[in-house]
Amino acid sequence: MKAKAAVEGGKSRGDFLFEIGCEEIPAGMILTASRELKALLQKQFLANGLLEEKSAEASIEAFGAPRRLVAIARGVRMRQEDVTREITGPPKSVAYDQVGEPTRAAMSFAEKQGIPVSKLSIVNTPKGEYLCAKQVVIGRPALKILGEVLPQVILEISWPRSMYWTGAHGPRFIRPIRWIVALLGGKVVPFSFAGVQTGSHTEGHRFLGKKHIPVKSPADYEIKLKKNFVLGRPAERESKIATEIRALTSRGGLRTHEDTELLRLVAYLNEYPSVIVGDFDPAYLALPDEILLTVMRDHQKYFGLESRNGELAPHFLAVINLPKDPKGLVRAGHERVLRARFADAQFFWQTDQKIKLGDYLPKLAAVTYESRLGSYSDKVARMRSLARWLAEQWFSGGVSQADVAGSDRAAELAKCDLVTGMVGEFPELQGVVGGLYARAQGEAEDIAWAVYDHYKPLGLDDPLPRNLTGCAVALADKLDSLVACFAVGAVPTGSSDPFALRRAAQGIVKIILERKLPLSISAAISAAAKALKENAPRIEASEAVQKQVLDFLLERARYILRERHGFAYDEINAAFAAGADDLVDAVDRVAAVKAIRNMKNFVPLAASFKRIRNILEKSASGIDKSQLTVQADLLWEPAERELYAAAQRIGEEATRKKKVRKYREALEAISELRPAVDLFFDKVLVMVEDQNVRRNRVALLAGLLKEFSTIADFSELGGEEAK
Amino acid sequence: MKKHVKKIADAKPAAKLVKGLSFQDLLLKLEEYWTRRDCILQQPYDIEVGAGTMHPETFLRVLGPEPYRVVYAQPSRRPADGRYGENPNRLYKHTQLQVILKPAPADVQDLYLESLAAVGINLKEHDIRFEEDNWESPTLGAWGIGWQVLLDGQEITQFTYFQQSGGQNLDPISVELTYGLDRIASYLQGVDNVFDVRWSETVTYRQVRLAEEQQFSAYSFDYADAVSTRKQFDLAEAESARLLAAYASLKGPQKKGFPILQAYDLCLKCSHLFNLLDARGAISVTERAAMIARVRKLAIRVAAAWLEQSGGAARDAAKVVA
Repeated sequence: MKAKAAVEGGKSRGDFLFEIGCEEIPAGMILTASRELKALLQKQFLANGLLEEKSAEASIEAFGAPRRLVAIARGVRMRQEDVTREITGPPKSVAYDQVGEPTRAAMSFAEKQGIPVSKLSIVNTPKGEYLCAKQVVIGRPALKILGEVLPQVILEISWPRSMYWTGAHGPRFIRPIRWIVALLGGKVVPFSFAGVQTGSHTEGHRFLGKKHIPVKSPADYEIKLKKNFVLGRPAERESKIATEIRALTSRGGLRTHEDTELLRLVAYLNEYPSVIVGDFDPAYLALPDEILLTVMRDHQKYFGLESRNGELAPHFLAVINLPKDPKGLVRAGHERVLRARFADAQFFWQTDQKIKLGDYLPKLAAVTYESRLGSYSDKVARMRSLARWLAEQWFSGGVSQADVAGSDRAAELAKCDLVTGMVGEFPELQGVVGGLYARAQGEAEDIAWAVYDHYKPLGLDDPLPRNLTGCAVALADKLDSLVACFAVGAVPTGSSDPFALRRAAQGIVKIILERKLPLSISAAISAAAKALKENAPRIEASEAVQKQVLDFLLERARYILRERHGFAYDEINAAFAAGADDLVDAVDRVAAVKAIRNMKNFVPLAASFKRIRNILEKSASGIDKSQLTVQADLLWEPAERELYAAAQRIGEEATRKKKVRKYREALEAISELRPAVDLFFDKVLVMVEDQNVRRNRVALLAGLLKEFSTIADFSELGGEEAK
Repeated sequence: MKKHVKKIADAKPAAKLVKGLSFQDLLLKLEEYWTRRDCILQQPYDIEVGAGTMHPETFLRVLGPEPYRVVYAQPSRRPADGRYGENPNRLYKHTQLQVILKPAPADVQDLYLESLAAVGINLKEHDIRFEEDNWESPTLGAWGIGWQVLLDGQEITQFTYFQQSGGQNLDPISVELTYGLDRIASYLQGVDNVFDVRWSETVTYRQVRLAEEQQFSAYSFDYADAVSTRKQFDLAEAESARLLAAYASLKGPQKKGFPILQAYDLCLKCSHLFNLLDARGAISVTERAAMIARVRKLAIRVAAAWLEQSGGAARDAAKVVA
């Protein structure tokens, strides 16, 4: 085991291997932790001059498997470079006397630096000649440095929930650390952590590999790991799984759903993954695919299989932590577990449907939604009235497929599955189960899908309910949650949002925007408040609460427009300042603002509007601007007459365009105002002595601001840098 | 459909498992295995509990500094899981085998795996894995970090490094192994229905336990009287709280010998009565949280009192030695 240190540019370098051997790390955390390990090492190598800035990133790699986090770094210095430091002392003129003998100043400087006066030298600086002491700092061996910093690196890896194992005074980590390999240039980096002394021995697969395997270098390590049934790199494990899945499915003319999330998960659950096929009784195929797939994927982490025509096949693929299963023991075990799960599901499917979905409604009275907000049965009553109201709004707004009776029925059925055995067993299937039961029991297709989909969208990437009835029920559910919870003060805080109100608000915004639904948000909120007041337990949502909900919703809308639609803060603020009650319309205006904001005339015009607003604010005292009208005969400066005329002309044009929602064209028209506004500010003084003239000019500006701020308030727009 | 099965399945059919241990032999083997590794053999606690963790041999012994190793079986009652003996896997009362190793030894995973080998599981032929599963008992103010151990996809053991018990930070850290004996026996014997498990060579699980499952399920779901159960809860809680208050008012040496253990028994009673009310559907969501908090409050006070009392005892013992 001799150190093989590469010689590069005359300096000795070596390869670094670091393995934190651990009891099984949760699968979902390994990738993040290995990335963090790399970043922490890179920081330390750089800070200590063991790698160079330009190559550090490429020299280090880190990866992980259930029982190990691994980092490899190539070309690490075995020793820091010696550094010569020059310390400047007193000026030469002070350090030596006339005959060139060192003065007290020189001697005390030399003493302080710990070198004889004869070793001092002189440096030329812009300020003149100075005394100088050269100090050589001898580079320290990397083994020593790493021995000091690596324990810190281990401690600095962050985990969602770490643990003690050696006692309350020991370190914390995600799971107990049982061995540590730390080698540089073939030599052990000496330190101990949580009672574990570093060494040069790794461990193989828990059941198939050796327990105490000597390794000399990163390359040797990777070879030995493989021999001992560990694929250290996740990419290797993923590709082994993917290859085996392909081989197994192509033989049977089957396929799996593309499922990268599951593939990644199983790759991090096993150190030596292999894929086996299992079967289940085809009789279970009578159960809906959603249920079978949830059991296989989410509960058992199996891949479901389907035939080419898309039908689920009575087989599954399980990923196991063994190279093979020659006796079929593992397969028999997995089949047995799946059988029990499917038997449960089938039991619920049959017993739940001994009564109709709607017959579960009375049982919802026993399920509390929130102690002050009554039961789910109360919530359903509110949802029904809201769903009807929404469908009526849309219908009268010209959306012909809006179905009032259907929305009402879907809302009535939406929560019934909460008290079924199936949802009790598989809570993640709420909604889906209700939809499946509704369909199986002959409810109209539209209504069944509405029940199925009404929790959607669960996130910004989740699709909407597939039909309008589903959107009505989803909105009714979410609006009620928001208004009802706010009414009793169950308002989300930074850290706590137990009723997922943020998600509800986002869902509302997403549905309205993507379906382009005509809807006044404030009217919808007050409809929800009305339903809350008229149904048990008859809670009042005050005007202030409704305003709070509106602000909360608009805040979410701003967030979505920024994060998902790429609009800038000030574009959204400008358009929303002119009203955002009709979200679809508001977004059209935001888009128009974005489109024209960088046009030649627009930036200065926006600045002028800001100026107008400032003037109006300053002149506010004693003048009620809403009562002001411009008296044309009091306009006597040519510039103010011209502005007045331009405003009337352009105002008509803009209004025409605005009426047909051609906001961009309307804004382009408005930007034509710029020369007239510029001229006005150039030539005309607003705050003149004559009260009548002054009042008239304020009126002109106020009218201008009001008239031209109905699409967006330009004074909200910052300069370009504000984007 | 059947065609696919033939085509893609691995050539050999699933092998029959070797006839596995009977339920009682499984229990005996595991107890023997752990007693040979310095565990004392304790008996199940004689009060209804929902898990082996609630036995004072776990809940109280993991507190404080003294090393301890114990193994015991604990029939655990979970009223809401009852299925009248009609479900092949769900039971009102299942049997746990509980092991506490304090402090947790460095080779604890190996020790555990050897115990599986000792009951006839060939570790190289089965898919055994440790999957993240942190355990928490809100009623006991206890939690730990660990895994569920899966054997060919079947959960067979909860493996936990205790971090807190009764609201107390633990030092040293104990490891708790909770084996699901019914499941392991079903697996070893290759039966799909727990009631088909051979209890001994001549008697089945069904013969021993079915009546219990039927009757206690019926009581939990259909017969339990919510009003009187609630009264019992209140009474047990009040008595436990009375004891704890009395203990708190005592000074120094007077605390010695005070029945903290009785206060804990009453706390356990509350926990079971709460589970019963829950199964009966007599508790609303918010009330649920409040009742759990009431039980936890007792558990936390018991843990603190026990620690103080036994700490005092340990100091006395140290004095005698000195």
